[in-house]
Amino acid sequence: MRAAVIQFPGSNCDRDMAVALDKVSGHNKPTQMVWHKESGLPSGLDVIAIPGGFSFGDYLRCGAIAARSPIMRAVIDFANKGGYVLGVCNGFQVLTETGLLPGALMRNSGLKFICKDVDLRVETSASEFTSGYKAGSTINIPVAHHDGNYNADADTLKALNDQDRVAFRYASNPNGSMEDIAGILSENRRVLGMMPHPERLNDPLLGGTDGNPLFESLANAMVSA
Amino acid sequence: MKVRVHVTLKPGVLDPQGAAVRRSLGALGFDGVEKVRQGKVIELQLAETDATKAEAQVKEMCEKLLANTVIENYAVEIL
Repeated sequence: MRAAVIQFPGSNCDRDMAVALDKVSGHNKPTQMVWHKESGLPSGLDVIAIPGGFSFGDYLRCGAIAARSPIMRAVIDFANKGGYVLGVCNGFQVLTETGLLPGALMRNSGLKFICKDVDLRVETSASEFTSGYKAGSTINIPVAHHDGNYNADADTLKALNDQDRVAFRYASNPNGSMEDIAGILSENRRVLGMMPHPERLNDPLLGGTDGNPLFESLANAMVSA
Repeated sequence: MKVRVHVTLKPGVLDPQGAAVRRSLGALGFDGVEKVRQGKVIELQLAETDATKAEAQVKEMCEKLLANTVIENYAVEIL
């Protein structure tokens, strides 16, 4: 699997994400780090990850400035051609701001920054990101965000449910997200945005490995593709 | 030309910050505040001197960046 991580000023989970991707992609194909001012992507990529953090200091709206940076035009093209894109936390916010994923992420209903491990219900295993999990199973993954309150209009929510595009829901809603939504898929199921951080739980030394199946199933899919 | 943009949450979109401000006003003794909605004001100084053109320009800026039209409305005021 050839993967790249996009770096914005203020990204802070970029290296964690690269470690998680490297672990499954094989050492001969290290994850490439791509600075936001680049206008083009390295060739031959299978997966692009938009990491967590506080790109551009969350100015204007979380992810808003990053979503309009030069590299994101290339990422949007990549996604529109069927490329795989994973956005975690701030990455999810960036993906909604680009329009690659529907809805918006607003301030947590309790107004507080939440940093803790949460239980997630895997809602679908029908995607290359979630095929390593059993639908209906519960995994434990950390969240660390101030703006993870998923908001979308009724038509969007209906489409997400009808098309089985809710990837994860919170077992116990920490932030006011509509319908407990923690992660969603694009229509072609190749773009995943999620607030929790699977890249932070990929080694027993980090406290668990519940994040691993996501990266492993993605890498396996890229090998067989 | 100076232009002021008001960005507000769409009706029906929950505003936890506005709700917290309302509770705080109540705690200060300001009774009867039934609802608070918080928004943003953005002021722009444009080289453009034609008001119609300026308005069209700023509306495009709102659509592309200044507002997230999934959750927000905007109003453009030429000053």
